[in-house]
Order: sequence, then structure tokens, then C-alpha cells
Amino acid sequence: MITVIGLNHKTAEVEIRERLAFNGPKLEEGLKELAAHPLIKEVFIISTCNRVELYLHSKEDISEELIKFLSSFHSVELQDLRKSLYILKDMDAARHLFRVASSLDSMIVGEPQILGQVKDAFDFALQRKTTGLILNTLVKKAISAAKRVRTETRIAENAVSISYAAVELAKKIFEDLSTKSFMLLGAGEMAELAARHLITNGVRAVTVANRTYERGCELAKEFNGRAIRFEDFPGELIHTDIVICSTGASRYVVTKEQMHHVMKERRHRPVFLIDISVPRNIDPAINEIENVYLYDIDDLQGVVDSNMLERKKEAERAENIINEEVEKFEKWFNSLDSVPTIVALRKKAEEIKETELKDFFNKFPSMDERERKAVIQLASTIVNKLIHPPTAALKNDSEDKDILIATIKKLYSLNGEEE
Amino acid sequence: MGTLLFEIALTLYFAAAIVSIVELWMGSRATSRPVIYIAIVGFFFHTLSIVLRYFQGGYLPVTNLHEASSFYAWAILVLFFFLESRYKLGLLGCFIMPLIFVLMLSSSMLPRELKPLDPLLRSYWLPVHTLLAFLGNAAFALSFVIGIMYLVQEYYLKSKHPSGLFSRLPSLQSLDEINYRLITLGFPLLSLAIITGAVWSETAFGTYWRWDPKETWSLITWFIYALLLHARLVAGWRGRRAAFLSILGFIFVMFTFFGVSLLLKTYHGFKG
Repeated sequence: MITVIGLNHKTAEVEIRERLAFNGPKLEEGLKELAAHPLIKEVFIISTCNRVELYLHSKEDISEELIKFLSSFHSVELQDLRKSLYILKDMDAARHLFRVASSLDSMIVGEPQILGQVKDAFDFALQRKTTGLILNTLVKKAISAAKRVRTETRIAENAVSISYAAVELAKKIFEDLSTKSFMLLGAGEMAELAARHLITNGVRAVTVANRTYERGCELAKEFNGRAIRFEDFPGELIHTDIVICSTGASRYVVTKEQMHHVMKERRHRPVFLIDISVPRNIDPAINEIENVYLYDIDDLQGVVDSNMLERKKEAERAENIINEEVEKFEKWFNSLDSVPTIVALRKKAEEIKETELKDFFNKFPSMDERERKAVIQLASTIVNKLIHPPTAALKNDSEDKDILIATIKKLYSLNGEEE
Repeated sequence: MGTLLFEIALTLYFAAAIVSIVELWMGSRATSRPVIYIAIVGFFFHTLSIVLRYFQGGYLPVTNLHEASSFYAWAILVLFFFLESRYKLGLLGCFIMPLIFVLMLSSSMLPRELKPLDPLLRSYWLPVHTLLAFLGNAAFALSFVIGIMYLVQEYYLKSKHPSGLFSRLPSLQSLDEINYRLITLGFPLLSLAIITGAVWSETAFGTYWRWDPKETWSLITWFIYALLLHARLVAGWRGRRAAFLSILGFIFVMFTFFGVSLLLKTYHGFKG
């Protein structure tokens, strides 16, 4: 039985999540303790800031014991724990892991880090040999499901925050952000965030123009750029490709006429203006000038909204992929029960063959090498031919396989020989 | 045999054009990969048909309008594959294949008979002059398509509703730069084609310039691209204006190619 027991950002507050986290040496300890449990065959633990999940392959349902384990291991009250935990079994557990790895269960759907975190969590357990056939295959399938979701849907592509949207737009205006210059006009939390996103996406030459020069200097230092006096910004516009503006002024600080002049001076090289101030600081009519792309806060919000919509559609397609992959895994999982039966059947037949051959050769010691070989050959052929039909039937994916497995076990008295 | 090869190429280009339109219609999920695969196979048969015709006729198959438009489509594809391998311009394949199909369709509807080469054309200037002209015009065809892509992408950005093809199209900057590069490639080729044509005319007719409609319209086309380059270098005309001019230029290229040959009286009209 496959079980997942855990909690995530949807079911538990951060206070609970951080108390349940398996961080540092706790991960190894917890893993060892669980692996030592007689009913647990395989286990691995995912512990990130948004989720803590134990994945187990056990002989029987041990959910209750697991809750108690979590409670005592992290010294959390059972009641607190119970209402935050979810427990899923077999294919529901598989589906859950597939969704987690594909980032469908993430706080920001489509964020790419989670797949790496799943891999790391699994590798950690793999190195400590607490996983086996079932969980190894489960994780392998989860990774390939996540990759399918990544390549076949656009779930990870759409910018769903204003600062990401600004970067996305900048990349469609300019090919290479690292060759572009950037000016932060004024400051403010959102403007700084957007600036930071642009900088992590490669923008190099950074200028800060702030009404209080000292604050501007501080920011410039943080961004590895230079500060200029606020009054000097119009001259600087000529050399700037991307501007984020948020000055708190109550009128336009950049006018259309001024921008016409700037564009002429810079020989019409494209400019991307982002005005996140309310009221707006850049005359919206500037967008009519050729090669100038002006987005205000509502425009950016519009981009984010349409991306959200798109992402929702893509999430539906992703769920379909997950369903397909779960189905495949289920097929494999079900076929598994027949494997030990086949192995046992083969073993039994081989044993009978070996014993009978031994007896036979004892009775006829005068046989030469060639005759012996012929007899061994004959015995092998008969054995193989006899066990071929039941083996083939077991390997087949039939509806009533459970009955078949039971019947074969009974007929050949294979009970108690599993694993 | 040659006909069969040509028909196979035409059919595959038709398929590529249909797939292109379907892809473009899919918007944000568009990709030009399947289109390019189909185009490569079509191009293979197309190349064979041209090679075969070259050996059957014994000269570069560009002397009647059927051959010329097929060869033009072929030259555009050569340049397209080169561009694709170098710059990977998303969706360029989807934009170019409908044009290729239209050229091939026109070619298929024009008389195809293989005639012995007109003694007037029996000259080593034939391959030199025509290859220069075709390659130059192929560069202009691609700059036309890239100009359209630029206008589409610019529309998305200016309208502030980036959706549909937005995420699949290249950035404005790279579209603009490649458009410029194509014109700086096409322009000298066209200039050389006009010069070699003049020299050829001198050896054949004893005069460099005869104000034949083809010559006149080529010169007008040349002036448009000269204006485009000049405006770009001197006045900083880029982006939308450059895209519009490269679309305008291509309209003149097409008129010089088909219009002059079919509508006006010219000795230069791919009459075989």
C-alpha cells in the first residue's frame, strides 16, 4: 500500500508547518526511525517551506501510527495535527505526488523549484537506502509526468505578478536585457521589486533618480548602479532603454513633447516605460509615439489577469496529463502482484527439475557427458513448456487477474513463498 | 518524373501552409516545428525537380515564368533554412510557408513545356545575373515576412493586450535587426543583378540600358530599398517604419516579377 501523509500551505498555517518541518539532522533521524518500523517497506520525506509530506510503501494501513509518530517526533498536540493533515492512499497518493512535482499543488502554480525539491528529497532517501522498487518507480513516474506538464503545457510560462509581467514585456521588446540600461525614477516598494526582477534578468547599467538624493544613493548602492539628482533625469532619459517610474508626484513628470524630443535624440531606439505610480506620472499619450512602449499599473494588471486566465486553461490540460500518467502507473502497480507469483512458480519448477535430475543421474551413473546433457535439455524443455501458459497468463493484463493469481498460487501450492 | 517531383513538392508545401495556418490560429500554443519538418521534405523533392530540369534542359531552369517562380520559392527556402538554423526566429516558418505555397501554386498553373534555350540567352551571364537577382529577391521576401511579424508583435505590445502569438513571436529588437540585415544582404545583390544585367545587355544588344519595363521596375524597387537603407542610417527609421517599407518594397518586387512579365510588353518576361 502506498500512503502519503502530510500538510501544505493550503491545510496548515506557517506556525504548524515550521514545527513539522524535517530540517537539518531531523530529516535523517525521522527517515531512520520510520524505515525501522516493521510494517514500513519504503519511505521518503519531502520537507519544504510550503509542505511536509511522508511517502510510504507499507504492508498495511498504518495511518494512525503515522499521525502519532509525527505528533511525538515533533512534539505537536495530536488535535492540532489532525485537522491540518491529509492522508491519501495508493493511486490518490500517486496523483498527489505527480501534482506536487508538476507544481500544480504549489502556492504559485507553475513555479519551477518544486521539482528539484522533490528530486532532492528522494535522492536523500535513496542514498540512505530507505526506498525500493515501488517508491523509486513512483518518483521516476512523477518526474516524467512533471516534465510532460512542463513541455506540453505553458503552465510555467505566464507571468502572474506585475514585476514578472514587466520583465516578460521587456524581453519581447529587447532581445538581450544585459545590454540595456535601466533607470529607476522615484522609489517605492513595488518599483523596487520590479527593478530587482529586471536586474536578476540581466539588466546591467542601472541609474537611480530619487527626490531625496541620499535614499537614491542607498538604492543605487544596492543595485550596483549610480545615483543622479532628480532634476537631471530628463537628460538621462536619452541614454535609458527601460524606465520604472514611481515618484508620488501629482502631475506628469514626463510629457509627450519631452518624450518626442528624447526619441529624436536617441534616434528612435525603442524605450520601455513602466509607470507604476498612482496618480500616473507619465503622460499616457506618450504610448502613441513610435518605438515607445508605455505601460501603467492597470495595463500590467491586465497582462497579469489574462495570464492568470491562460494559466487556468493550461492547468486543466496539465490535470489531463496527470490522469494519463496515474493510469499508467496504476497499470504497472497492479501488474506487480503477479511478479512474485511468477518468480515463485519458476523457482518451484526449477527445484522439482533439479531434484528429479539428481535422482535420475544417481540411478544411472554410467551415462556419458553427451547423454547427460541431452537429459538435462529434455527436462528443461518440459518444465519450460509446462509453466509457460500460467506465466503468460499472469503477465497478461486481465480483469480477473487477482483470481488468476490466487488460483495459480493454490494449484501449485505457492503460498507463503512471497518475497 | 520531373512533373511528379514537382507535384510532390507542391503537395507538401500545401500541407505545410495548412499546418502553418492551423498553428498560427492556435495562438499561444503555436510552434513552427512540424511546419519546418514538412518543408524540409518538400524542399528535398523540389531540389530534385530543379536538378532534373537543369539536366533535361541543359541550362538553369529560370527562363519561363513557371520555372522562375518555382526557383524563386526554392531560393527563399534556402535563405529561410539558413536563417532558421542561425537565429531560430519563432514562427518564421509558419509565416513563410503560405508565401512559398502561393509561389509554387502560381508556378504550377503556368505553362511548363521545356523549350530549347533561346540563342539570346545562351550566355554565362544567364546563371550569374539570375542567381544574383533571385537571391536578392529572396532576401527581400524574407524581410517582407519578418516585417509582417514585426507589425503583429508591435500591435500586441502597443495594444497592451499581449496574448495569442505574443509569447511565441521573437522580440521586436531581433525582428528589426534581422530585417535590416536581410535588406543589407538583398540590396547589394539586387544592385549587382542590375549591373550584370546591364553588362549582359551591352554584349547582347550593344546598349547598357533599354528602358525595358522590367529594367524600369527593377530600378524603382532598387530605389525603394535604397530609401529604406538611407532613412535607417541617416534618420534612424527603424521598427514600424522599416517594417512598412520592407512590405512596400516586396510589393514592388512581386510586381516586377509577375506583373511586368504578365501585363507589360517586355523582352525580359520569362517567355522561354
